[in-house]
Amino acid sequence: MAFREYKIGARMFGIAFGTSMFITLYMPAVDIANVSVTATGLHRQLSFGRMGGFGYEDPLLTGVNKPVSVVLKSDPKSGQPIEATNAYVYDAGVPFPNGLTHPRILGKGPSELSNTKGKIGEANNATGAVFIVREVEQNGEMVPYIENATATRGWMPSATLAKVSEADRFHVGKGKIMFVREGCWWCHTLLPEETQDWQYFGAPPMLGDFNGENPTAFGSDRKAPDLTHVGSRNSSREWMTLHFFNPRLVQPHSIMPRYDYLWGDVDANGRKINFSEWYDSYDQYAAGKRIYPPEVPEPAKDSEARALIDFVLNLK
Amino acid sequence: MFKYLFAKNEDIPAGSAAIFFGFSSIMWFIVGTGLGSFNAAKLAFPDFVYGIEMLSFGHMRQVHVLAVILGWISMAFAMAMMYITPALGNTKLWSEKMGVWNCFLWNIGLALGLFLLWMGVTSGREYSDLPWFIDLVVIFGVLFPLGLNVWMTIKTRRTQGIYTTNWFFGAATFMVMIVFLVGNSPEFFSLTGLTEAYLTWWFAHNVLGLWITPVAAAISYYIVPKVTGNPLYSHRIGHLHFWSVVVFYSTPAAHHLMSAPLPEWLKSFASVEGVLILVPAIAFVSNLLLTMTGKWKMFVENVEIKFTISGVLMAIPLNMQGGFQQTRAINWYIHGTGWIVAHAHLALLGFSTFLEAAAVYYGLQTLMRRKLYSLALANFHFWMLLIGFTTYWISMTIAGLIQGAGKIYEVPYIDVVIAEHPYMIARWVGGTMVFLGNCVWLYNMWMTARVGTAIPAGRLPHELAYER
Repeated sequence: MAFREYKIGARMFGIAFGTSMFITLYMPAVDIANVSVTATGLHRQLSFGRMGGFGYEDPLLTGVNKPVSVVLKSDPKSGQPIEATNAYVYDAGVPFPNGLTHPRILGKGPSELSNTKGKIGEANNATGAVFIVREVEQNGEMVPYIENATATRGWMPSATLAKVSEADRFHVGKGKIMFVREGCWWCHTLLPEETQDWQYFGAPPMLGDFNGENPTAFGSDRKAPDLTHVGSRNSSREWMTLHFFNPRLVQPHSIMPRYDYLWGDVDANGRKINFSEWYDSYDQYAAGKRIYPPEVPEPAKDSEARALIDFVLNLK
Repeated sequence: MFKYLFAKNEDIPAGSAAIFFGFSSIMWFIVGTGLGSFNAAKLAFPDFVYGIEMLSFGHMRQVHVLAVILGWISMAFAMAMMYITPALGNTKLWSEKMGVWNCFLWNIGLALGLFLLWMGVTSGREYSDLPWFIDLVVIFGVLFPLGLNVWMTIKTRRTQGIYTTNWFFGAATFMVMIVFLVGNSPEFFSLTGLTEAYLTWWFAHNVLGLWITPVAAAISYYIVPKVTGNPLYSHRIGHLHFWSVVVFYSTPAAHHLMSAPLPEWLKSFASVEGVLILVPAIAFVSNLLLTMTGKWKMFVENVEIKFTISGVLMAIPLNMQGGFQQTRAINWYIHGTGWIVAHAHLALLGFSTFLEAAAVYYGLQTLMRRKLYSLALANFHFWMLLIGFTTYWISMTIAGLIQGAGKIYEVPYIDVVIAEHPYMIARWVGGTMVFLGNCVWLYNMWMTARVGTAIPAGRLPHELAYER
């Protein structure tokens, strides 16, 4: 046995490497697993769906099989007006997020409440479900949980979508896929830097804000503003539309790429978008031969651009 | 290459796998740096190419990173392992045929993986961007056969001891498989939240710390004594290097996420361990530089030593940065800025690339028994790499300091972008120089294979005088 003289060395290697793995993998895993989800974390995972990157439900990252976030102003079943409520509509077959299917992700309190009061155990993938986030006070603390409104209130996915106007629909799940696929996170972080950055870009995230989310896409190489709270800083859909089509329209010094290809072939009115004509007119505008830039087409309802804008506006 | 895939193991000339790996690695280096140059042009001139999804920055950035890491760096490692491991064991490679297959599958798997990534099929996790089924191909189709060949070659060696280089090779091929298996577990098992974020950076840190850094160092432990003729200065210091890599380099993963809401004990622990990375770094640099005693003229005259010692010298600023920039006192200022981009390129394009280039230069000459075609072109390659990289590193470091200042003084972000513009152009120029230098390198090695002076048996390439 040629390794004989290295017996002690091999054992020492095992001990050293094993100890290192124990400290850097097992101990943090136990620590992080005990974190309970926050209300922000529930909103995030319900709006994003199961996977934000490659997954069996959407292998080519086109944004299919994702939930739709809606703002409900009336009860989808009775039609009575209600306080504006964020709801997450999972059509039949759309996979539920990991927090619903995995017992450890929500943490003890939210998990119990979601099962007893929220009836998430009755959520059925074959018929789909509508989820809302609720909070109750327990021992002086607000504990968030998921309510399966299909079981508790009889809100069916199709009926809910039928009640919601186009302006109150946000394709956030599909938008997250676009955010990941188009590599927005190579330049825009979703995690503010320490100290001063928190004053400029908003509050840092809390411990339980990410439970159930995959990938978190924090980003590391920041060449552009942090987007953790961008929807609170700038909620203008029109600005976002111009900025995604050609960032130089609203910020002449921006180095962001143009995302006009996410518009697809037709605009919101079904008219074909003539890109080459647009580029020619824009070049004239950029050269000072036109006073106004060409009109930016409104993205179609099912376009990828619309989904990405919905996602960014919902980062609050 | 294809004729050897189905040949008998005995019929395949020794060194074939290493030669294939060597040329593959140079080609991937050209692809990787070409993409890097293209991406840098877009950061300097955002309207350089537009309207085409496949040519957008967000689709190409990760292809550049992984083409360089898994194509250039890791294939150069495989090349080095396939000729250095047997040479140090006074034996032949355990299975030349498996080596050839390894090279074939590696090229196919990487091309497929990068194509999918380019299309946008990504896991959305930095450095572990490849979707999980490609990760499985990498682990079991690429890394395991490589490791098996290395371990079995070490086991069937005909020398009594195991030289420093082979400890590193044997351990690193094992550790990188663990790193890939554990680091990609968020994709295999759909782990979420902070666990996912932490494991992403656990992977990114350890693929650097337990694969790229130790293997690159191990190569120089072979090249410098072999070419200079000096014995390694100290095997004891080599021991210190090896054990401190295993203990200190495998633990500071959390220092990449100092601003994330991870447990505070983990961040503090990672930060302290991160400073201790200086232990293997100082051991390595001092050991190699002391080995050069009396042979410093080779630093000027010999192309392999020139590359290796430049790489070793670049390990000094690399580890001074790496050890201290992750402490809380400095991290808050430079995290997420171009400083880090400069640091990452100092590690991969500075330190490690220079060591691997030496291994490929030396290995291809030795295995093909051909003297290098042109020393002038090799020197041109060296200076293109060194000046190109230095331009890149200085410009990105300055850009990072501007970003850091902009961050803490709450300057509107667009003003930072405007201030960075000249440095983005400089970075593009530097990266393009590296790319052009590599094209020259491929030509030089190709001509070496075809018309290089034959090296007589028993002689080393650098012992022969240049004929042109």
